[in-house]
Amino acid sequence: MIRFWRDRKVRDVLWQVLATVGLIVVVVFFVRNASDNMVKAGIASGFQFLWRDSGIEVPFNITGYKPSDIILALLWTGIVNTLLVSAAAVVVATVVGFTVGLMRLSNNWLLSTLAAVYIEFVRNIPLLFFVLFWYFGVLAALPTPKESYDFLGVAFLNRRGLSIPLPNEVTGFQLALLAIAVLIVVQLGLARWAKARQARTGRDFPTWMVGFVLCGLLPIAALAVAGAATSWDVPTLRGFNYRGGFVLVPEFVALFMALSTYTAGFIAEVVRGGIQSVRQGQIDAARALGLTPGRVVRLVVIPQAMPVIIPPITSQYLNLIKNSSLGAAIAYPEIVAVFMGSALVATGQAIEIIAITLGIYLTIGLAVSAFMNWYNARHRLVTR
Amino acid sequence: MKTVCRIAALAAFFTASAASAQQLAPSPTLDAIKARGHIECGVHLGLPGFSFANDKGEWTGLDVDYCKSLAAAVLGDATKVKFTPTSVQQRWAVLQSGQVDLLSRNTTITFSRNATLGVNFQGINFYEGQTFVVRTKAKVAAVKDLADATICVAAGSTEEKTAADWFRERNLKVTIINFQKNDDAISAYDQGRCDAYTAGIGALAGQRIKFKDPNEHQILTEIISNDPQGPVTRWGDERWQLVVRWVLNGTIAAEALGVTSKNVEEMKAKSASSEVRRLLGAEGKFGQMMGLSDDWMFNAIKQVGNYGESYERTVGMGSALKLKRGANELWTKGGLLYSPPFQ
Repeated sequence: MIRFWRDRKVRDVLWQVLATVGLIVVVVFFVRNASDNMVKAGIASGFQFLWRDSGIEVPFNITGYKPSDIILALLWTGIVNTLLVSAAAVVVATVVGFTVGLMRLSNNWLLSTLAAVYIEFVRNIPLLFFVLFWYFGVLAALPTPKESYDFLGVAFLNRRGLSIPLPNEVTGFQLALLAIAVLIVVQLGLARWAKARQARTGRDFPTWMVGFVLCGLLPIAALAVAGAATSWDVPTLRGFNYRGGFVLVPEFVALFMALSTYTAGFIAEVVRGGIQSVRQGQIDAARALGLTPGRVVRLVVIPQAMPVIIPPITSQYLNLIKNSSLGAAIAYPEIVAVFMGSALVATGQAIEIIAITLGIYLTIGLAVSAFMNWYNARHRLVTR
Repeated sequence: MKTVCRIAALAAFFTASAASAQQLAPSPTLDAIKARGHIECGVHLGLPGFSFANDKGEWTGLDVDYCKSLAAAVLGDATKVKFTPTSVQQRWAVLQSGQVDLLSRNTTITFSRNATLGVNFQGINFYEGQTFVVRTKAKVAAVKDLADATICVAAGSTEEKTAADWFRERNLKVTIINFQKNDDAISAYDQGRCDAYTAGIGALAGQRIKFKDPNEHQILTEIISNDPQGPVTRWGDERWQLVVRWVLNGTIAAEALGVTSKNVEEMKAKSASSEVRRLLGAEGKFGQMMGLSDDWMFNAIKQVGNYGESYERTVGMGSALKLKRGANELWTKGGLLYSPPFQ
């Protein structure tokens, strides 16, 4: 027995088992304690409420949710809305962030000063202020429904949002999606072949252009055919508002603009730091080889900067996703607003609802960082 | 020495319990209030006429007055209240966790709240009814004219559900935008995001003051719901619930019996009515039955006034809201207010 104890490996495992068991005991104790106390205080507990009718209106959803659905459907709508605004803002924040980060390093005085002013302005203002600024700014800038900006009589922009027509039939559009998939496959195949050829012969190949010439018209044609084949649900002014079609609400636009412009400021600094970490010798060497400035950046600087950029940029993406909860302040129906707001007050089951929300943010966050780690590992420079 | 102390304490305890007329059920809430010297009262974040901090930082309003009456009854001093502003979302957690002793904040009494939240409603201090505020130039006469409109509302309020149900039942399409705070919903409506903002008619009378130009807006007179509101306590501690319930009844009874803050001393000394004498502690020792002093309602009425006085001062003709009594009048004058007898 004593000899057993002296084995370091056994001891390590034992401690870890003990710690895990201890943790489980503590969690179980707290959960049971909370549920006992809630029963004593007459507060309903458990997860049955998820199957109760919600009765809560969600003015902006792409899940087809109706107030007569159950609360679980409401939760799903909230998650989709959170992901929707986060995904859109992540893409734009990345593009703007890279651009501003590169501008900041430019030798052009005007460009780099503009970028510096943007970064300092954005980084030193609280995000909530930014969200409200965009929201009330957007509202103040747009006209009332009766005085809407009219685009060809089918799309209308006013304080209630941008109303666009929706097709009544979607089968044609599935074909268009297929066409887009074909284009992507062709591009990927071409890129692979071009890379292999360049490795073999050293000759470059204009992949993107050839791909688009080959089948770039396919999706456009498919979209045109699908659009012509179906009737459209065009928004019309009825009483107070435009009805019909799809409405992109100002809450979405304001939150999207606030999140993307705000996070872009941080990403720009991350990008600048990453690029500055690439040694000057690398750039000089690339120039000596006769590469154009654009290619120096694209082929030499960025690939070496990426491993430095990706970990902090992942944190910025995670921040952005979490910050999307500020949408609750301007009535954007994301998970905090519809689930932790409306559903919580309707059911009163705070502990369950907050635990579920926490779990969802955790899942999204872990998924994003797992993806970014995988991406980083895959694109790591092969050093010899 | 320790033993002597203990025996002395025991002896004192027995004499005290023998002296008091009856053994009282334990009330941890009342004991805690007496020990800390003030009542913790959960109020609205800011609703003119009901609970609103004025420019001197003093809380005023109908719901605030009720908590002051309660403090006067329990502690003998109406100023011994600490007000905790609570949002629509926070209120239940704040009450359930024991952070406040009661809520007095425009909260509608509903079945599911009573059945699932572990809270009890202790009576009605305001009969509210939901309606809409719209721009005068929108030419809306009735609620059904709001078909196809966009409506701003505070998320999780009864108003959110009532409005959604009302239009759905009539097959009218509206867009409802849920804001986390009343004030956000109001400013979004004011900015033109919505065609209407919905809340109780009394709440709207107060919130209208917050608009950029109150004269451009009109409150519809049509009411689409009954929203009775009153003080809320958590389950358990029946004696505390008793106090909360009967202080509210006492302020209503005082109005019905003609007792006001001005004549309360005279009434206590000279009134021939037994009910007035029992209410004010001149006979019957009613305060002691709950573990309070016998002049509990005397103090409450002397310091804060009866229900009618409080109403006129906070939301009635003596206030900026100018609400008529309507349903909140005594039943003898065509209203719904009624106190069970002090017998």
